[in-house]
Amino acid sequence: MKKRKDVVYGIYNDEHDLLNAVRSAKDKGMEIMDVYSPFPVHGLDPILGLKESRLHIAGFFYGMIGTLTAFLGMTWIFTKDWPTIFGGKPYWAVPSFIPITFELTVLFAAIGMTISFYVVSGMGFGVENFVLDERISDDKFCLAFDKEEVDASAAKEFLESTNVEEIHEKVVKA
Amino acid sequence: MSAPVSSIREPLIIGHKTYHDITENLVAPTEKAPPLSWILIFIPAVALLGLGTFAATWTVYGGIGTWNLNRTINWGWDITNFVWWIGIGHAGTLISAILLLFRQKWRTGVNRAAEAMTIFAVMCAGFFPIIHMGRVWNAMFIFPYPNTRGSLWVNFNSALLWDVFAISTYFTVSLLFWYTGLVPDLATIRDRAKGIRKKIYSFFALGWTGAAKHWQRWEYLSLILAGLATPLVLSVHTIVSFDFATSMIPGWHTTIFPPYFVAGAVFSGFAMVLTLMLIARKVLHLEQYITIAHIESMNKVILTTGSIVGVAYITELFISWYSGYIYEQWAFFNRAFGVYWWSYFGMMTANVISPQFFWSKKLRRNVTFTFFLSIFINVGMWFERFVIIATTLARDFLPSSWSYYSPSWVEISLYLGTFGLFFTLFLIFVRVAPVVAIAEVKHILKGAGDQYVGENATKNH
Repeated sequence: MKKRKDVVYGIYNDEHDLLNAVRSAKDKGMEIMDVYSPFPVHGLDPILGLKESRLHIAGFFYGMIGTLTAFLGMTWIFTKDWPTIFGGKPYWAVPSFIPITFELTVLFAAIGMTISFYVVSGMGFGVENFVLDERISDDKFCLAFDKEEVDASAAKEFLESTNVEEIHEKVVKA
Repeated sequence: MSAPVSSIREPLIIGHKTYHDITENLVAPTEKAPPLSWILIFIPAVALLGLGTFAATWTVYGGIGTWNLNRTINWGWDITNFVWWIGIGHAGTLISAILLLFRQKWRTGVNRAAEAMTIFAVMCAGFFPIIHMGRVWNAMFIFPYPNTRGSLWVNFNSALLWDVFAISTYFTVSLLFWYTGLVPDLATIRDRAKGIRKKIYSFFALGWTGAAKHWQRWEYLSLILAGLATPLVLSVHTIVSFDFATSMIPGWHTTIFPPYFVAGAVFSGFAMVLTLMLIARKVLHLEQYITIAHIESMNKVILTTGSIVGVAYITELFISWYSGYIYEQWAFFNRAFGVYWWSYFGMMTANVISPQFFWSKKLRRNVTFTFFLSIFINVGMWFERFVIIATTLARDFLPSSWSYYSPSWVEISLYLGTFGLFFTLFLIFVRVAPVVAIAEVKHILKGAGDQYVGENATKNH
């Protein structure tokens, strides 16, 4: 069975109108499904109560994995598996391991975070998430309520009380 | 809730644009049939690419003997081109990462194109060491992987191997950074498209919706990738300079090489960004998004890095004299007055003298002058690499093996071929994706649009 969402949403022309609407919806204690915008609207996250992303923490650990892979890998290869003298250096020539250790740290952190970002956000090549309104990626700002969480007529009434441009209802595949 | 902006600050978006205008203007090049000017550049680009492909085939078929390298001068145009292209690849990440950390708003006009340029330039760069291997079908031997050739690994102590890691990391991270930035804009194109075009852009837009949480994570990711890319970009050319600096050749083993190479890389990279963007701006009619203010900012970076490069050249000369070491002294005397004196003076003129014109505000804001100077700098930076590589090798420790080198038609064709590759990819890119970051330009509109700031402002915040 496909999950469906019954959505009521308001379209705004300006990010300030959107911010004001989101603020008053929160004040009224209404459950907001999501807010969509053509570019990141600063000041929105604290109003919506979005927690800080933990992507950077994940990035740190991915980076550490890279550091250890590179350093321990080279250590094992040059002291155990294939001990060879290059230019009179000791087998375990730590200073000359630093460049590669650094590069792999950056590589692992970058790849790990990027993959995490797409996985956590439910995105990927060929993925089609529902688009409430095709103008959201152009110049419109959208505040959406799920009818399961908020009473439809109350939501419409609320949207009308804000500086809204249009109000629509739509059923989408969640 | 945009940040307070001084009203005397120069606007970066001209023409009283609305959000919708920005979408229309920036998506337009991907939706319309290509203009004649685009076709007129594309045809020679593909022709050059064809020439390069032929020369590469010729090299693989006949071996490196088809080049004019000899026992004394074993690095010539190939490695010169490699270092040159890598240097050009530095501006993209500098603009998108370092300027992001410094919160420079003018980066939004040029970052997308500069990042694309980085990726294509790194491809061109990577081509040279690979073709220089001769047996290109064994190129994967440069990566450490468990193999059946016995317990056999690559040499992790070698600067050349560090280079392999640095460049492949740089390429990957630049690609991720660029593509992640591109996703919201691909969604913009997707939402306007119909039919098969919509399907294609849907696939590549990764299901972007513009939800608040996605934007939050997206901004985080961009910021952290920028933070990672900043030391990375500095490390890449540092490591390229190690290829020379860790050797025992007078004229190469100098500690000034890493900072000097990085400054030179930024210098040449910005010159190439300007060359490309001034063409793109004209052909795609982006004058309102890539303004004179953008060009002036880039020219300031050119002036700064060009002066750093100039100081490095002079420091190098001073230190070689001051060292009291006759081989070092002779290496530099030979560089300036030896067989390749012409390339030394070409380098000095183009890299040290020419950027000094940008002390003049009038010249910094002159598009034609900037265009010619940017090409001049590109040539000068190519000479720099040639001077370092060929001049130094031509006069080695044993006078009986001293030699002179000029490239064969194959080497010249390979170099021209990378131009073909670079321009072909760039021209395709401007046709399929927005060349200016749409979402980011919209984001700065209220802080940098000319209806909000500058003398034509009509609105308040």
